[in-house]
Amino acid sequence: MSGQSHRLPAPAGLLIDRDTPVSFRFEGRRYDGFAGDTLASALAANGELLLSRSFKYHRPRGPLTMAGLDANSYVQVGDAPNMQADRLPIRDGLSAKAINVKGSLRNDRDRWIEQISAFLPVGFYYKAFFRPRGIWNYWEKIIRAKAGLGVIDLKTPHDYHDKAYMFADVAVVGGGPAGLGAAIEAAKAGGEVVLIDENARLGGALTYARFDAAGKRAGALMASLREELAARDNVTVLDEATCTGWFADNWLAVVRGNRFIKLRAKQAVLASGAVEQPMVFHNNDLPGVMLGTAAQRLIRLYGVKPGKRALVATGNDAGYGVALDLLEAGVELAAVVDLRSEAPAGPWSVALREKGVGIVAGHTVWEAVPGPGKRSIVGAVIDAASGDGKVAGKPDRIDCDLIVTSVGTSPLGQLLCHSGGRMVYDEALHGFVVDTLPKGAFAAGSVNGRHDVDAVLADGRRAGWEAARAAGLATDGEPPQPGPRDSLNHPWPIFPHPKGKDFVDFDEDQTVRDLENAVADGFEDIELVKRYTTTGMGPSQGRHSALNAVRITAKANGRGLPGAVVTTQRPPFKPESFAHLAGRGFEPVRHTAMHHRHLELGAQMMPAGLWLRPAYYSPEAQREQAIREEATAVRQNVGLIDVSTLGGLELRGPDAAEMLNRMYTFAYAKQPVGRSRYLLMTDPTGAVVDDGVACRFDEQHFYVTATTGGVDAVYRSMLRWNAEWRLDVDIANVTAAYAGMNIAGPMSRRVLQSLDCDLDLSAEGFPYMGVREGHLNGIPVRLLRVGFVGELGYEIHCPASCGEALWDLLMQAGAPFGIRPFGVEAQRMLRLEKGHIIIGQDTDGLTIPHEADMVWAIAKKKPFFIGKRSIEAQMRNRPIERKLVGFTLPPGSPLPFECNLVIRGYDIVGRVTSAVDSPACGGIVGLAYVHPDDAAPGGTFHIKLDDGKFVAGTVTALPFYDPDNKRQEM
Amino acid sequence: MKILNCPLNGPRNVQEFVYGGEVGEMPDPATCTDADWADFIFLEENRKAVIREWWCHAPTNFWFIAERDTASDEVLRTYPASEVYKERRDFAAPPEEKKDGGA
Repeated sequence: MSGQSHRLPAPAGLLIDRDTPVSFRFEGRRYDGFAGDTLASALAANGELLLSRSFKYHRPRGPLTMAGLDANSYVQVGDAPNMQADRLPIRDGLSAKAINVKGSLRNDRDRWIEQISAFLPVGFYYKAFFRPRGIWNYWEKIIRAKAGLGVIDLKTPHDYHDKAYMFADVAVVGGGPAGLGAAIEAAKAGGEVVLIDENARLGGALTYARFDAAGKRAGALMASLREELAARDNVTVLDEATCTGWFADNWLAVVRGNRFIKLRAKQAVLASGAVEQPMVFHNNDLPGVMLGTAAQRLIRLYGVKPGKRALVATGNDAGYGVALDLLEAGVELAAVVDLRSEAPAGPWSVALREKGVGIVAGHTVWEAVPGPGKRSIVGAVIDAASGDGKVAGKPDRIDCDLIVTSVGTSPLGQLLCHSGGRMVYDEALHGFVVDTLPKGAFAAGSVNGRHDVDAVLADGRRAGWEAARAAGLATDGEPPQPGPRDSLNHPWPIFPHPKGKDFVDFDEDQTVRDLENAVADGFEDIELVKRYTTTGMGPSQGRHSALNAVRITAKANGRGLPGAVVTTQRPPFKPESFAHLAGRGFEPVRHTAMHHRHLELGAQMMPAGLWLRPAYYSPEAQREQAIREEATAVRQNVGLIDVSTLGGLELRGPDAAEMLNRMYTFAYAKQPVGRSRYLLMTDPTGAVVDDGVACRFDEQHFYVTATTGGVDAVYRSMLRWNAEWRLDVDIANVTAAYAGMNIAGPMSRRVLQSLDCDLDLSAEGFPYMGVREGHLNGIPVRLLRVGFVGELGYEIHCPASCGEALWDLLMQAGAPFGIRPFGVEAQRMLRLEKGHIIIGQDTDGLTIPHEADMVWAIAKKKPFFIGKRSIEAQMRNRPIERKLVGFTLPPGSPLPFECNLVIRGYDIVGRVTSAVDSPACGGIVGLAYVHPDDAAPGGTFHIKLDDGKFVAGTVTALPFYDPDNKRQEM
Repeated sequence: MKILNCPLNGPRNVQEFVYGGEVGEMPDPATCTDADWADFIFLEENRKAVIREWWCHAPTNFWFIAERDTASDEVLRTYPASEVYKERRDFAAPPEEKKDGGA
């Protein structure tokens, strides 16, 4: 269909392009609009104001603010829930649906819920569903189906979102007259200025509101400000961008399209304006009742006539401007109803009277008269008002299809509150004012209590100038100060009705009575009223409800308004999508120098910290077989594993050994050059946190290894302690500088001997635990004879740039000896056969060395190491309650999982930490924490398996394999 | 997000820093009571005051000290640890001097 019955001729419609028609669907029905329309404006152009059903009562709702500041406009577009119809641009093929309806928006089958609203008082969840226990679980599903917002599609495909960083000397939030003035003044001082505005066109109220009877002022001012801004090349304008959060030290979160911008500003000006506040009367929520600024936006921005016959209800002079706008747009004016006892005598009321509009002072709208299905209104009932929410009781019915209200505003100061600002109620101005500004922040314009356009602009220029000066820019010629704050607020535009449905919070369907009942129920403080009623907790976060809610609460609890504050405001100011927060979803991984060789060899890679390591070399289907074959190759011939991810630290200086003595449990002062020694680190509480090997290459030089996941913390901890100890030692983290590989197995020496090596590799010349620096075929290497897997072997560290070449060299030289690459899984099996623990797997955050049977690694006579005092205190005051032991299981037992519990009587006394079916040991071997009384070899204990059955473990002396350690010492 | 002024790297986002606890004097482990030691290891005073804290700039692993007002969360001053810890600290030898333990 065509239609657009409510479309106005140009020049109305600043944002629409009449040459680009757009066709879209809403609720399955086709409509026409123009490019530049929002979904709500295009529907209004077709005479359609019904947009949604309310959250709780399923009442029909239409445009309220036309500025994305209410939840009436929420619709679903495909898989995107909760899109705001008054901000959503239409495009060809767009298809939107209503949310929270059963059936259709027009005939929502859940609309009956409103009929039982008397039985759904505030807090009814808490009152009705708490007994008997568990009843909520039943009702929750039903209530959630009836009340709610859009629908989440769990299968939504990822689309592209990213993040950007920006920096500014002065950031200005809001592109109305105050924001433009601030940006221009700040730009004059030089430096970088960023101006953030939500709309497609800068200007704020200048683009839609009326500032004089002739209606010329706004356009003229806009043109001159635009010219002033264009003269500055140091202002970056982010239009169609929303600042959603204001964090410490002026860190601003800005959402723009599919980009999330993190903007750091030295100084920032908030010129976010003020949001018009609804008037409270019976049926004030129905489609056809809207704010004055919403009507003005429809007319000026979109060229839409908001209704045919309107009644304007006002409590300030701005309402007369709205009335003039409606008249100009061809809307018949039924009357202007002024809450004040006398109508103003200014040029606007004169102009209205000249046009024959009746002005009824001292009156209010008492009810809106609903049309069929409450989908529209057909009239208003007005009555004489006494100013405190009461009426004379002489109702008068006026026919109209539009009620426009103008009773005041509330500053959009939420962003300031995010970073420590405060807003309080000012009795003289009948509303909230910004009371405290956070550091580095300024407020300007109507958010700062200025409403006359000249004062708004002057306040903006003042704030921009001050911000520039505070940012250290060169300012001159201080602009004049604006006058004092003023207000558009009527003190009490609230008219509770005996039949209720006098809505205060449109998002959450809260009425005057709900708030009064909350206070009566004992929730007297506004913060409690908010939580009990959920007023202000909907998507609008109280933007259109906080002012009236505070007024009603203050009256109900008898405390009055002085000192009333806005409830806590938290980011985000407007809903942010998870896609914006997630961005591009980077997952950084680290590759070793041999990564591509592993892939070529068919390795299955597994994460190890940030690294990827080969788990085993075979297709997944042959996992178990591959692991056993790799382990067997190491035991019988020779294997090669990439150990580059192990941490590496260099300690150099006269105090290098002393540093190790303090950081680790063992003693290092007398460690000979050319030898390695085990390292065990405990934290200040005495818990085991890391291990490794210290290689002494010189009296003053140690090369220290640490676990893959632990090295960064170990390094940081060393620097932290030495910041206090001031030892003469230099510590460097060289993890990424070295590639590492372990060649292990009885043939490993022969493989190395077949290469060109400048070291004596014989058992006598290079014994177990020895360390050497030399060359393999010209590649500089550090060789460590260590025995993690329990075979003759050499850990070889070389510059990372040579890693791949060295790997190739060893694989080639090892081929005649049957060399096999082996992965982390085979290594875990091999080390378990040797009874070596893995820190973090066989220990936890409470394990002290005595529990892990590692007392041998503690030097008895050292005056100090981290953890020493705590371990001693624990051992003195409380015997250990568990001990890590090796165990075997009877033949044919199932393999226990890590963390299967060890049960003694009825108590949990420990758990399995590692277990494997070992080919070399011919059965299952593992490590477990058991009760100390059961810890002697030959003792038994009970493991509870996943299926609930028990299996008896036998404590077995470690190591399981090669108990005399002959093989690694060959 | 706060900005923290690293004495080595200048003002940086607090995201780049690691908190290291309140600056506190380690009691002499050779002479202090178990209670004093446990206090040092486990208890934080959580005072409303200007306190000194350890912070580490993670990318450069530079540890320094910040003076922060716990009520306003304002960092008043940051400086290198050497401003507080000027001299080498040693720990008392055990009563009887013997050969180092070890492997």
